[in-house]
Amino acid sequence: MSLVISHLARRFGATPVLRGIDLEVRQGELVALLGPSGSGKTTLLRIIAGLDWPDAGGLSFDGADWLAKSAAERRIGFVFQHYALFPHMTVRDNIAFGLTVLPRASRPGKAQIAATVDGLLRFLQIEGLADRYPAELSGGQRQRVALGRAMAIEPRVLLLDEPFGALDAQVRRDLRRWLRGVHDSAGTTTIFVTHDQEEAFELADRVVVMNGGFIEQIGRPDEIYDHPATPFVARFLGLTVELPVTMRAGRAQAAGLDLAALPRRALPDGPATLFLRPADIEALPDPAAPFRVTEAASTGALLRIVAENGTGCRIEAEVPRREARALSVGQPVGLRIVAGQIFPGGTASAAAQAEPSRPLKEARS
Amino acid sequence: MSVAAVAGLPAGRQRRVLPGFGLTMGLVLTYVGIIVLLPVIALFLKGAEIGPLRFWEIVTAPRTLAALRLTLTAAALATVFNAFYGLLMAWVLVRYRFPGRRLLDAMMDIPFALPTAVAGLALTALFSENGWYGAILAPAGIGVVYTIWGVAVAMSFTSIPFVVRTVQPILEDLDPGQEEAARTLGATPFQIFTRVIFPAILPSFLVGTTIAFARSLGEFGAVIFIAGNLPMKTEIASLLAVIRLEEYDYNGAAAIALTLVAIAMVLLVVSNWLQARLTRRRVPA
Repeated sequence: MSLVISHLARRFGATPVLRGIDLEVRQGELVALLGPSGSGKTTLLRIIAGLDWPDAGGLSFDGADWLAKSAAERRIGFVFQHYALFPHMTVRDNIAFGLTVLPRASRPGKAQIAATVDGLLRFLQIEGLADRYPAELSGGQRQRVALGRAMAIEPRVLLLDEPFGALDAQVRRDLRRWLRGVHDSAGTTTIFVTHDQEEAFELADRVVVMNGGFIEQIGRPDEIYDHPATPFVARFLGLTVELPVTMRAGRAQAAGLDLAALPRRALPDGPATLFLRPADIEALPDPAAPFRVTEAASTGALLRIVAENGTGCRIEAEVPRREARALSVGQPVGLRIVAGQIFPGGTASAAAQAEPSRPLKEARS
Repeated sequence: MSVAAVAGLPAGRQRRVLPGFGLTMGLVLTYVGIIVLLPVIALFLKGAEIGPLRFWEIVTAPRTLAALRLTLTAAALATVFNAFYGLLMAWVLVRYRFPGRRLLDAMMDIPFALPTAVAGLALTALFSENGWYGAILAPAGIGVVYTIWGVAVAMSFTSIPFVVRTVQPILEDLDPGQEEAARTLGATPFQIFTRVIFPAILPSFLVGTTIAFARSLGEFGAVIFIAGNLPMKTEIASLLAVIRLEEYDYNGAAAIALTLVAIAMVLLVVSNWLQARLTRRRVPA
């Protein structure tokens, strides 16, 4: 009972949007498609739904070819980014829609439809809203109604396009936990699209990171967070500081930087690039160090500093302000890198690697 | 730009693009008063002069009744036709992309731009027994010119843009997500139209058809050429009012005109009420 996607490709005119997607989603799994806008994640979701069709590749569910089926025949539940509720129907009629359009022979009776809708309203905790119209609901309430409408047809796969995109931060966090609960108790297979990594990591069993029509990495949230597979994923996860280093016997070296905390890596000797988060740098006053603080700005809890070594190397770091009293502009500092991710090749070639024009296998080599 | 100048503005007063609510509103009310309201009031006053008994006599005279019946029936025929065709034309213009779409879109306004008398003459020429259409229809025993059908054709010609132009923008603004949602929920194309699209355009569709009907009731220029204007047979109400006027029977003219105005106003009020009812709960408060 799994959804299998193989070599899926799609172009809009001359622009390739998906360039060979391979993915398998197991029964009951909650998967996030994570990527920046233009990465093809929504197109992939719409193809799974039957709202768009690929130019090449395969899509099957439980052994059946879904590309030969219409959206209705696939029986999926789709929750649109802006919900697309029917404005002239009450919440109750919106949720019942999928049941009332069934062919007469397979349509449940009126009482049975009403019972199903009541059950969903309870399940989604919106019993009090049954007779309201969509215009009379808040964003979070609309989201629940949209989910209820999709779930009424007992979909085999639930698909959500940026489910929390249009909501404010607090509602977003609440609904996220609530959706995880809904998924767990309903037991459906769920795939959702998001550009927010926190959302993907908190909610999903597995995260699929997409970029430029390719899948960059598939893995459990922790796996991806700790071991980004490509420079793109590293940057996307906030490892925004890129430093040129030299690999020697599995250890990274760079003048004026203490890299002893980094684990040994099985990389060939030669130039490489170290990706790290600004928070993964410790800066300590050291009169002998080649780096000097050239900028310092407080964000309250953190001090954001820029250190330069006079030969064009510029590093941004964030240090807790209480540990950084001694850091002021002009102060020489020793920099200790606490954590980071190393990719072979110099910064220039690493930048080239981050271009979205290469399939996954090459990226991992 | 100086602080003093800014501080000199009365507190709490917002700057507006047009100079002041008072002036703009005054101009609007003056226009409505002089151009719209005054003639209607004059008509009502003239009607009130007649006295209820005489008024009833005029309106229920056989010739008046026949004219009113013809006008209402022909306008209803034209409106039924326009409702279907206007909706179809709006649909084609919004939903499909084809060469010449913009030209077709511009052609929708021709009935608005064309002098109605010119339209009437052209239609009469086409539908008369030796015209292009008439030559085909006449042998089949279908007479258009000098019949109620001719009146309806002329009314339809001048009022169909009202349906197209009121439905078109609503159709354009429909959220394609709603149709896709209906599709994923298993609705057939017919169900998508009847249960998702049509309810969304219904309020504007109602308004468009009502305005088209009201316009048909008062259509004069296009109709009088094709109708033949035979008393008791193909004489429309507004023409009868003109005839009474020419006979210096001001009371007769006013009574007929007043009846037409009353029917049109009742229609517009009912249509606006219906529209408000249908859309009341769709708009966020």
